[in-house]
Amino acid sequence: MKYSYYPGCTLKTKAKDLDMYARLSAKELGFELEEIENWQCCGGVYPLGADEIGSKLSSVRALNYAKEKGQDLVTLCSACHHVIKRVNDDIKNVEDIRNRANNYMKLEEPYAGETEVLHFLEVLRDRVGFDNLKKAVKKPLTGRKIAAYYGCLLLRPSKVLAFDNPENPTIIEDFIKAIGATPVVYPYRNECCGGYISLKDGEKAQNMCEKIMESASGFGAEMLITACPLCLYNLNKCGKLPVVYFTELLAEALGIKED
Amino acid sequence: MSTVNKAELIKEISGVNPLKCMKCGKCSASCPSFNEMDIKPHQFVSYVVNGDIEALVNSASLTKCLSCFACIERCPRDVKPAKLIDAARQLVIRQKGETMLSPNEIPELLDPETPQQLLVSAFRRYRR
Repeated sequence: MKYSYYPGCTLKTKAKDLDMYARLSAKELGFELEEIENWQCCGGVYPLGADEIGSKLSSVRALNYAKEKGQDLVTLCSACHHVIKRVNDDIKNVEDIRNRANNYMKLEEPYAGETEVLHFLEVLRDRVGFDNLKKAVKKPLTGRKIAAYYGCLLLRPSKVLAFDNPENPTIIEDFIKAIGATPVVYPYRNECCGGYISLKDGEKAQNMCEKIMESASGFGAEMLITACPLCLYNLNKCGKLPVVYFTELLAEALGIKED
Repeated sequence: MSTVNKAELIKEISGVNPLKCMKCGKCSASCPSFNEMDIKPHQFVSYVVNGDIEALVNSASLTKCLSCFACIERCPRDVKPAKLIDAARQLVIRQKGETMLSPNEIPELLDPETPQQLLVSAFRRYRR
């Protein structure tokens, strides 16, 4: 199975581990991530204005690329996933945005939201299946107490993201179980890390991340996993518990992580 | 531009109908930046309805919203307060010379681990 793959800017620089371990793991699990040619930055945050068009076109180009290849589009970074999924929803459901975007694109066949956008975790859950993932695990992470940190962008708004229950998600906990570890459920797992506020107000982000860390460690977690480079950056500034990308643990459990 | 027009523009940019709000306060109760905001998420709605736009565009809240979308998720009336805040921010930063983040500020804000995602996100929210 081949998927069109949108890595995004941070996975080429500060979050290379998130990307590398995903590609290795995908190969091991029998699917391939084909990087979209000449992809452009998604912009990091979804443009909220109803009149925004130019800021959505990089997503539309990636979506149309996948459509022309006849593939689903897979993302890894929570932010890229959020932006591309919401733009696709706009194109599908808002006629004005669809028309104006296509005026820029000048495609032979207009793009109308045909591509399915999947986060890598959704591929594991819905395409591979966590049962099959469990069977593929060679080095189960038995006894490790791991806290899922969801943050905001994968979950909300749930009407569009349709990723999981936004208030009580289970997908990352199910992933943690599949790789043989013990998930730690704690109340702050879907609270915001501060996001882009850390650029100008580091203290604010710090305070928010400390609450998340205290909550997770209070429930007995040894480490946190995330899919978002900005969450990882903000959380790491607290330094209380280690934070890694979920793909790194996946590769470890599949026995393909080199020490 | 008159205040009435600005209120209409905020409704247009946000796509929000503030009259749907039933003032339950769930948005403000959910907001992780509530303490730092001078105008709270549920108050944004009233300011737009009342046309008190000058207060909105000068509000510190414009830079405090984190786009976490908790208010949008939990609003029982689908009002989308974060979109109103963004529309007020757009009114400011779409004006020539108006920005909430200058590239000149960036070098001293960087550290060795700063992810690209942080810079592009901040620029898109704070600047045209």
